[in-house]
Amino acid sequence: MKGEWASITTPFNEKSVKILEAGDRILLSGIVYTARDRAHERLCRMIRNKEELPFDPAGQVLYYTGPSPAPPGKIIGSAGPTTSSRMDPFTEDLLKAGLRGMIGKGKRARPVRELFPYYQAVYFSTVGGAGAYLSKKIVSAEIIAFHDLGAEAVYRLEFRDFPLLVINDTYGGDLYEDALHQRK
Amino acid sequence: MKRTINTGLIKEKIAGLIYEASFILPAYVEDKLRQMHQGENAGMAKDTLGILLENAEIAKKEELPLCQDCGIAIIFLEIGQDVDLEGSYINDAVNEGVEEAYSKYYLRKSVAADPLQRTGQAAGGPAVIHTEIVPGDRVKLTVYLKGGGSENMSAVRMFNPTDSVEMIIRFIEETVLKAGPNPCPPLFLGIGIGGTADTAVLNAKKALFRGTEPHPVKFYRELEKTIEERVNRLSVGPLGFGGRYTTAGVYIKEAPAHIATLPVALNLGCHSMRYRTAVL
Repeated sequence: MKGEWASITTPFNEKSVKILEAGDRILLSGIVYTARDRAHERLCRMIRNKEELPFDPAGQVLYYTGPSPAPPGKIIGSAGPTTSSRMDPFTEDLLKAGLRGMIGKGKRARPVRELFPYYQAVYFSTVGGAGAYLSKKIVSAEIIAFHDLGAEAVYRLEFRDFPLLVINDTYGGDLYEDALHQRK
Repeated sequence: MKRTINTGLIKEKIAGLIYEASFILPAYVEDKLRQMHQGENAGMAKDTLGILLENAEIAKKEELPLCQDCGIAIIFLEIGQDVDLEGSYINDAVNEGVEEAYSKYYLRKSVAADPLQRTGQAAGGPAVIHTEIVPGDRVKLTVYLKGGGSENMSAVRMFNPTDSVEMIIRFIEETVLKAGPNPCPPLFLGIGIGGTADTAVLNAKKALFRGTEPHPVKFYRELEKTIEERVNRLSVGPLGFGGRYTTAGVYIKEAPAHIATLPVALNLGCHSMRYRTAVL
């Protein structure tokens, strides 16, 4: 399905991640959860302490973002991706808990990229610095945990046709590496 | 003749500049995005630049920040030595203007009061303030909103004075390639050359405020062009998805250096160069 935009919905399962390949352009609809640095720290501490998480990661997709405050009359403020590599140290714990997808921007560390085929999960990028545009693809937003973290709280978002590019697939494919090979 | 300026006016102006920088791309930055959009053939690079243009439209029309990372406010104050400032302490006035703007315009507050003990919620300020005394009776204010993703990719290297320009170009290529998608290319690439380590880093930022003005020195104009071509050949592309444009512009600011040193610093500015200037 390269070359055009394909629509998919969350949650994912083993079958739905298998059809995705690095370079695929995706319009994602359905529920996703947000978490960035400090929420990751807390979620992973809860996993290690065997505490109940604010949501079950099995089959879910995480969006690495800290939205700007919602102005009056808007569902959410600007909501683009943050740099994903800062979440690398926490990713395996969440994959073990069944997480199937992550959305952010930028390269993951090699050991983390190698986890995606192992746990059958996919890493997507969306367009960094397009937070105003991307906020229009979010139809509902609700803080479900860690209110005290402000912009870093965990939100439950509903996407409608949110644009993504598959960076790392379940086969070891890597769009960022492929892009550099176009070099003359 | 002294000219009196009340710092209350500076506070007000700072808040206004933050509004503009947060919601409205400078015209030449938008033009550059449009040119690059036309220049990309197809695929994700073109779609990405198209989305960035739409983003600028939505941000302006709906007063939504161009990016959810509304940055740390970096303020450059150029104060004429014939200006007599009255009112509250100028840095307090600037910081009040910053805090006010971040609250009033629903901007994300991203400043942690302590870099290691990150307790409590982030605030809008304090701003990073650079002050310079200049001739005349004017005050020039420049606001640059810098996101964490691009600032994290900054680099400085101390070269030997006998090192070749080619070695400097390779350092720039390495830095841009290593940063890859993280700083949100196409980049406004600021390069500080010479001075001491600290001035080079600062000049790498200041260089970007030249906007559409060409470098006054032919040697550096040509070097900027060479670096632009070399960096674009890396094919990192818009947001690292591959493509013709890895940089949107290269800006060098040079300074005299010690006979033993040659510092080179890089400021990787994202595709949405959020800055504004005003003269009082």
